[in-house]
Parts: sequence; C-alpha cells; structure tokens
Amino acid sequence: MSSAARPITLALAALGGQGGGVVTGWLTSVARREGYLVQATSVPGVAQRTGATLYYLEFFAEKDLPADGRRPVMALMPNPGDVDVVVATELLEAVRSVQRGLVTAERTILITSTHRAYTISEKAHTGDGRADSGQLLQEARQGAKRLVMLDMAALAAEQGAIISAVVLGAIAGADALPFAPESYREAIAEGGTAVALNIAAFDASLERTRAGAAPKAAPAAPTPAAVPEGLARQIRDFPVAVQPILEHGVTRLIDYQDVAYAHEYLHTLGRIRALEDPTDVRAELTGSVARGLALWMSVEDTIRVAQQKIRPQRRAALRRAARLKPGQLLEVREFLRPRLEELCGTLPAGLGRRLLASAAWRRRLARFTGERTVRTTSVSGYLLLRLVAGLRRWRRGTLRHSLEQAQIAAWLATIERLAPRDYGLAVRVADAQHLVRGYGETYERGLANFQRVLTAAERLTGADAAECLARLLRAGQADDEGLAMQRELTALGLGPQTAAPAS
Amino acid sequence: MAERSFAREVESLRLGAGEVFEGEAILAVTKALLQSGVGYVAGYQGAPVSHLMDVLADAQGILAELGVRFEASASEATAAATLASSINYPIRGAVTWKSTVGTNVASDALSNLASAGVTGGALIILGEDYGEGASIMQERTHAFAMKSQMWLLDPRPDLPRIVELVERGFELSEASHSPVMLMMRIRACHMHGRFVASDNRRPQFTAADALAHPRRSYDRIILPPSTYAQEQEKVHERWPAAVRFITEHCINEFFDGEARTVGIVLQGGLYNTVLRALERAGVADIFGAARVPLYVLNATYPLVPEEILRFAAGKRALLVVEEGQPEFIEQALAQILAQAGSGTRVIGKGPLPMAGEYTGAVVLAGVGAFLEQFAPELLVATRRPAAEIALRPRGALAAAVPARPSGLCTGCPERPLFASMKLLARELGALHVSADIGCHSFATLPPFDLGASIMGYGLGAAGAAALSTVPERRPIALMGDGGFWHNGLTSGIANAVFNRHDGVTIIVDNGYSAATGGQLVPSSQVTLQERKARNPIEAAVRGVGVEWVRRVRTYDMKQTLAVLREAMTTSFRGPKVVLAEGECQLNRQRRVGPLLRRREQAGGRVVHQRFGVDESVCTGDHSCIRLSGCPSLTLKSSADPLRPEPVAHVDDTCVGCGVCGEVAHAAVLCPSFYRADVIANPSWRERLLDRVRRAIIGALQGREDTPA
Repeated sequence: MSSAARPITLALAALGGQGGGVVTGWLTSVARREGYLVQATSVPGVAQRTGATLYYLEFFAEKDLPADGRRPVMALMPNPGDVDVVVATELLEAVRSVQRGLVTAERTILITSTHRAYTISEKAHTGDGRADSGQLLQEARQGAKRLVMLDMAALAAEQGAIISAVVLGAIAGADALPFAPESYREAIAEGGTAVALNIAAFDASLERTRAGAAPKAAPAAPTPAAVPEGLARQIRDFPVAVQPILEHGVTRLIDYQDVAYAHEYLHTLGRIRALEDPTDVRAELTGSVARGLALWMSVEDTIRVAQQKIRPQRRAALRRAARLKPGQLLEVREFLRPRLEELCGTLPAGLGRRLLASAAWRRRLARFTGERTVRTTSVSGYLLLRLVAGLRRWRRGTLRHSLEQAQIAAWLATIERLAPRDYGLAVRVADAQHLVRGYGETYERGLANFQRVLTAAERLTGADAAECLARLLRAGQADDEGLAMQRELTALGLGPQTAAPAS
Repeated sequence: MAERSFAREVESLRLGAGEVFEGEAILAVTKALLQSGVGYVAGYQGAPVSHLMDVLADAQGILAELGVRFEASASEATAAATLASSINYPIRGAVTWKSTVGTNVASDALSNLASAGVTGGALIILGEDYGEGASIMQERTHAFAMKSQMWLLDPRPDLPRIVELVERGFELSEASHSPVMLMMRIRACHMHGRFVASDNRRPQFTAADALAHPRRSYDRIILPPSTYAQEQEKVHERWPAAVRFITEHCINEFFDGEARTVGIVLQGGLYNTVLRALERAGVADIFGAARVPLYVLNATYPLVPEEILRFAAGKRALLVVEEGQPEFIEQALAQILAQAGSGTRVIGKGPLPMAGEYTGAVVLAGVGAFLEQFAPELLVATRRPAAEIALRPRGALAAAVPARPSGLCTGCPERPLFASMKLLARELGALHVSADIGCHSFATLPPFDLGASIMGYGLGAAGAAALSTVPERRPIALMGDGGFWHNGLTSGIANAVFNRHDGVTIIVDNGYSAATGGQLVPSSQVTLQERKARNPIEAAVRGVGVEWVRRVRTYDMKQTLAVLREAMTTSFRGPKVVLAEGECQLNRQRRVGPLLRRREQAGGRVVHQRFGVDESVCTGDHSCIRLSGCPSLTLKSSADPLRPEPVAHVDDTCVGCGVCGEVAHAAVLCPSFYRADVIANPSWRERLLDRVRRAIIGALQGREDTPA
C-alpha cells in the first residue's frame, strides 16, 4: 500500500510584496526542467499588502510514477510535521513557521534570511519593542533539522536585485532540492525580466549560502573620542563600571557646548557618587544619573538641531545614502516646525519670558513659527541653520537652557533627598529621565509624565516603593496619551490629583 | 484592467484543441467558460476570483471574436441580475464574485432567478473565502443553494476535473432549468496545474438573436400565481432532473477500498487534504489508492439518495468530512439513511470540529479518531505518532513571535487621512467611526485603531445611520470609492440626505477598487474604449442632494485636518461629505514607474524623492511610527551609546510620498525628517548652481570644523 516515493514538500513564508509569487513561479519552472511534477498554491488574500503570506509547493519525480498511469495527489497546504523545506524571507517568519509546526526537528531544512522586517507592534513601542534576534535565531536553530542562514535583504540590496533572486539562490545553495543550479538559472532566464541582474544575484546568493555565511555580529559599541586629560583624570576617580558612560557623556557635552560644561557634568556626578556606599563598585545610581544627565544637559534645543543638520559628516553620509550616480545632483530639505516656545527659548531668558507672557508679542511672533522647509543644500538654507547653530556661545543665557536647568535641578534634588532613605527608589527616579525626550508636544507629554513620576516618588514610602515606581515608568511608555500611567497612579492610590500640569 | 497587464494570461485563453494549458485554476475556469460556448460573462472582483475578471477585462479581442459580452458589473446584484438573459433565451451565461459576501449582495436577484428557472445554462462561479487568507466573516455558501434550489458544485482540486465540471455545470443547469453554483476555495483558485485544452466555442444563441426575436412568458415572472407554480416545479421537476443528471454523468466519484465496514463521504474540494491525511495515517498511498472507500461529492447540493444508500450498504459507519457550519450534508445523510431504515452510523462533527478550516492537521486528527473507533485494524501502529506531531503545541514559543497584521502599503494615500483622523481625535476626543470594506478597513488595525464596526461593502455611512442625535458629537463614516459606486451612493449618501442625518462621511477616493487588485471604478481617471470612466463622485453626491461637500488631498494633512475639523464642528445641519483624494500608490507606481524609467533613460530630467531620518536628531520615541505605520518607516539600532532605544529609519522602499514630512509638521513631531531629492539628468543651470553651492558650503564648513 505505502509506496516509498513521496512528494518533496516546500513551504515559502514571505511578506506581502516580497515577490513570493515570483519565487514560486521560478520553482515550478525548475521542477519541470528536472522532470518533476509540481503543484503550487498560495493564500495571498489581503495579506498581499504587508502581512505574512504562505506559498506551498510539492514536487514529485516523474521517474517514480507507477506504471499504471496513476499520478500523485498533491496537498494544497503544508501539513505540520510533513514539510521537507521551509524557506523564510525574514527571520520572524522563520520562527513563526516553527511555531506553526511546519518546521520540525525530525525532517525540516529551514532556510531563512537573518534580516528583520519589524512588525507594527515592535515599531510602535515607545522604547525598544523589538523581538530579540538572538533568541529568534536560537528558536529557528532548535526547531529545524538543519538551519541555513543568509541576510537576504542585505545581499539583494548589495546586488541591486529583487530579494526573490537571492531567495532562489539560497534554496539552490542549501542543496535542499534535488535540482541542479543550471536549471534555476534557466528558469530565471525564461522569466525574461531583468535576467542578467537576477542571475548575478542568484549566483552570489548560491555561493554565499554554500560558504555558510555566519550572521553578522552586532556592531561593537563605539569607543568614545579621546577625552581631554583634565576630565579623564576626574573620570578615573569613579568606579570602573560607570567610566565608559562618563566618557561618552563628557564627549557629548564638549560637542554640545564646551569643556567647562563637561566639568559641570562631572562635578554634579561627584555629588551623586558621594550619596553611594564607596564600596559599591556597581554604582548603579551614579551610572543612571550619568546617562540621564548627559542626555538632559545636551537636550535637543533649536541650536543643537541646527548644529546636527550642518555637520560636514552628515552631508557626506547623505550623499552616500542617496547612491548618487555620475551626473546626478542631491537636494536636501529639512522639515522643521518651530513653535513660539522654540523661538523664545532661543532668546535671552528674560526677554524670552516677557515675550511669551505678552499676548501682543505672541501674535506678532507667530509669523516666524510654523511649518518651515529648509533646503540645507542651498546657501541661504545652510547659512540660516549655521546662524542658529552659532548661537551656541550664548546658549547658557537662553530661556530654554534656564528652563531645562531648573528641571534638572529639581530631578537631582529629589534623587538626593531620596537616596539616603531608599537607594533603590532613587535609582528609579534617576531612570525616569528616560521619559523626557523628543520634541514639541512629544517632549511636553514626556515631561508631564516625568513630573508625575517625581511627585509619586516623593509619596511612595513602602518597602516596594522602587518596584512601584518601576511599574509606573513602564506605564509611562505604554501610550502617547498617558492613559496607562494614569491607571497605574490610581492603582497605587496616588490618583489624578497628583498629576502635575503639563508645562 | 487597471495598470497591471494580463497579456500572458490572455494568450492562454486562445489555446486550441490538444494544446496544454498551464496556470492557475481560476484561469483554467475562465478558459473553460470560453470552451463551453458562454454568451456573456459578468461579475464583481474580489479575492480569490479577481483574476477571472481581470483577465477577461484584458481579453476584449478574444471576446469580440467569439461574440461574448463581458461586463465588469457595478455590484454582485448587478451580476446576478445579468443572468436574467438566460431565463427566456438559450444563452449560456456565467457570473462570478467572492462568496458569501457577494452572494449576500446578489441574493435578491438569485432568488428570483432560481424561482423563474433558466433556459440557457446559468453558472455562478464563487470564490469561497473561507479559512486561512480569508478576508470576510466565516459562513458557507451551501445555505444559499438549499434555500433557493440552486445546485452547488464543489470540484475536486484537479484542473482537468474542474474544467470538465464547468462544462457539465452548464449542461446541468440546462437539464434542470436551474442556476448552478461552482464553488472554488482560495487555495484551489491559486493552484497551479495543467490540462489539455479544447477549442473555444462561439455561443449558439447570441444577444443579437434575443433582441431580434424577443420572448416572454408569464410563467417566468416573479408574481403570483407563477411563483406558486415555480415552487412546485422546483420540487417536482427541476430537483429530480438535477439528481438524474448528476447520477447519469457521474458528477460524484466513488473510490473503492478494501475496508468493508467504514467509508468516508467528503466534499470534492477537500479531496486532496483527506487523501494526504489518509496517506499519513498509513491507509492510502500517495497516488490516491485508499484502503477506505471514498465517496467524493463534486455536487454537494442536491445530494443523490440512491448513491448514498449504495455507498452506505453494509457499512457500520460513515465519516462525513464537511467544512464549515452548520453540518448540512451530515444532517441530510443521517436523514436519508434513517428514512431508508439503514443502520449505518453517520459521524462528522465530533471527531472533526464544527467550525474552522479543515487543514491537513485537523483532518488527520479527525480521520485518525474515526478510524481508531470504527476500524482500528486499518491503522498501522507505527504511523500513529503522525497525528501527534501534527498538533503538537508550541506554546513556549508564542510569546516571542508578534503577529504581523496586514497594513496599508508604502506611500498609501489613506495613511495621511487616518493620521489626520488620529490628530483630530486628539483635539476633539475619541471618535465614533463606522468603517467599511476596502483597504481602509486596515484603519481598524494598529497603529490607527479607528473604526467601531464594519457592516459590509459600501455600508459605512449606513452603519452610522442611528447615531445622529447630538449635534455636538458627530459620527464619522468611512467609505471607499469602490463601495460608494457599489451601493454607498444610495444606501449611505442618499439615505443620509433623505433622513437629514447630521454625520460626516469620508469617501476615500483612490481611483481604483484597490483592495481587490486595482480594478477600475466609474470614477477612475482613465479613458477606455469599452467603458466610460471619469464620472465624478462629487457630481453624484451633489446629485442626490448633499449640500456640504469638500474635497481634500489626503497627502496635504494640514488641509485634511482643517476640513475634518470643520465638518465635525460646523453649524451646518445635514450630511457632510468629505472626498479624500489620493491615487492608490501601488497603481500609481505601476503607472508612473515605467514612464519615469523611460524618460530617465532618454536623458530627461527626473527627480527621485526619498525621505530620511537624522539619526543624531531622532530621540527614539517613535511617535512618527505611531502616527503613520508606513512599512518603509522602520527601526534601526541606535549608534548613540547613551540612548539604547532604536531610532526611526526610512528604508530603501520609500516612494517619497511626503507623509513623513506632513506628519512631522501636522503633529509638531520632530525635526529629524529630511527629504533627499536625487535629480537625474539635471539641466546645465542646475549643475552650475549645484557646483557653486557646494563650493560655498564646503568652504564654510571647513571653517565650521573648528569649535566655536
């Protein structure tokens, strides 16, 4: 009854728009050239847009057909536990195939791209919502009989070809199917579209797959630029664990303002370190404040944005990213939208405050605010931003700087007050700086959330205060409207009356 | 149709007798229609039968040669009513749509057609959108067949068999004077295979013949007393005729097996799945020889009692493999056997689940359980673990794998509309949004999360009908241009005018029926020979009496937001219609892409626009992503050691639609976004200016390098 010959089964897990249909078409053509019967199906549906799609193929060697003329009955969908080859054009989809049981350790060769196309829930997270790629790779490895990996997206980009050709090359290179490379090339040629390009990409992919390319290691953390000796000496007085953060902080602040500013930074951190047990080499509080303080002291004010936009390195990077061909030109437009707050924030503190307080001036100044599209590749656009960046030398006198300094002082004061009583709580308060970031309304929402956390921290007394505050911090990242934080505050018995008004 | 070309598929429709056709099953069905001498074809696009419509729309040449009339119908109701020509005339007609949604829309005409009965063969090709990949609620077409006495074919997924059943379907229809439905499941539609073609046939009776010799008969009119007579005719003449035809032409198939005490009755469409399950359980080989006898219902309605009794004779139990609910076939079988006094048990839902797709794993488990109980001697002990592998839970992994819902394409014009609506909700508080069918249905998904209900295609405005009482809180209804022309103009807009509804309806005008594959609609901006497009939505809306109409370009978020705000707050009482315009980006790229490539190759000036994010300016809070959700707006690991959160990043697939900049402006987000314009083949003036600019800025930057 049971015959030895069975179809070879292959499932292709792709993303809508990735050309899974093209690969399927090529594979059917390859199979026919090799004397195999083939059946291919798919369920594109609405998933053709950006969702996950699945193609399924079965191959059966004509030489194994029975003499009585009967033909194999091919399945229309992959059956868990009965798939020989799974090809995933993206890493998460590979693991999804493991999850669906299509990939089994008993028989499945899993060929996957190592690149990630993030899902909307991963992207929309206010912090880092990305699934851990290392964990994904491990799941893929454990789930499959054999794992074949290749960064298909990177190779496609390198070759300037569609990912389909790279996918096909990986299938051939993995020797997952009993077909000769030449048949694949012929199938591509028969397709008739961008043949030379696709065959080159196919060959590159085939070779790289055969060579067993290891996934690229994560780029090493950048080492900070050399720090002036006076500052470096001071940094060496801190525990080793936090020295790298301090070095990065110092470098950043010199770039942002000047050396004196970096000295201020280290001086403040010295105060924080004094709150800790000198034998505590982890220096968690100092580390957290060091990170937060460096970011806050280098807050992205108008001057900073202008400074970043006119860096020569940026200009070079933009030209590289645009992959200019000979004879082509590049124009770059910046989308800026200064509000009155940004405008006045760049003025001397006293003047800025008076203007902001005056309805008449607010009206008059309004025409300088709003949507601005600045061409940094034009001389006038460049000069405008250069002018703003040049205000750096007067930054310490600006309204924005004095506002931020006041917020920083309040933050540090809270930490200094809490640290002797509840060290863990003080660390969480230090971590809360994280909420203050972004621009415009995003920044204001973040600051409002931050102030709620500060107020809550002062009122939390129990042994689990640090833990409660950590929960509150996570809630602060859950949504844009601060709803989760509001709920968490209520749960902690610190109801809405504690909410500080948005500044 | 639209911007995609189906030239290659069209060619395969020309194949003659003896030539081998190769392609998707739904295309094979299209070819089979021409081989059957069909006189007219109509339908409404929708997965999985869009392809049939798309290919025929591009096949005007062949259709003209054969004298076949083709219509892209305004709705499924229109398509169904088109079959009226087969009531009085011996013309073969075929229509197609997605079921059950399309069948719902068509059912008024279908009921009347089925009551009147047909002279020429009337075939309805249904894409049964059930199970994985389906985009609609999960129901069965089977019920429609039963209530109206139309016959339902569910062919075994095998191209030659499907093609044969198309031709037999027309004959069955003519023999029993009843419409016949041919149901194609999603995977079967997209199944790639081959069959040996025969010549296309010209229709024996044409529209010209009908108009030259008009016929009528009061017997065929849906009014009493004809309707009473028609019901009797259905039961006493057409039904038995159908059963006779099905029996005589061996529409259903028997596959014998050595087991004498059990058998499996299955829907034709599930044949391959059942066979694979049997093979994995060790009771069949890969070539279809099973140890259990099979009765394959290629006609699932009406059933043939005689065949059933014959198959059941001497058996202890039958397993009915019938996908979906309720279990019509199982019930009918049980009744037929009981009435005949048969002791054979009917097993179905129980070992097999009542709801959900019958995947390989599900069928394997069900068949295994059935055999375990009624014929354990058939099961090879060593093969049993297969069932366990099939359903092994992978719970531990679930947490690590986020779902990947469908979303709007890169550069989609609907994205800025929904971003504007999100900003509107920030100003006015949460909105009640009555959503509709189309790409814009994706607004109900993250990151937009807009839309409380979807009532059907074109029914967005109607879905908000009850919510017009408080002037200061208005509901917003969404509707696409496709849905608008399908029925929304009357069911939504005219209804709102007539009932003095005070809500806001946004008609998303992207120029195509985009979600079904970019087919044209009456307002599409194209000039066609066979059809007349460019019929403005605004004129239609004003024509039914709407006084407050505004048009916005969705990519202009400032304008869109202002108009939406006005619509929600104006003192004007009555329906407010906002036409949100922006060409479907997918179709735009298909239309414009080749033109630009040609122009660039010919030395013409072309500007390629791309957006980007300044890594050093982005603070990694991803507000932009939560407002846009564009696939090309993604994440990149941060190079900033002090800021571990990934930064926003625009990848190479960006089409430069401009929404990133608009969002940054409209939502007062951040100054990270820039647009890079690459100018190919610039003029000499531009080149000169560029050189001067770069020289000046370069010189200034040289000085800038020294810290101030």
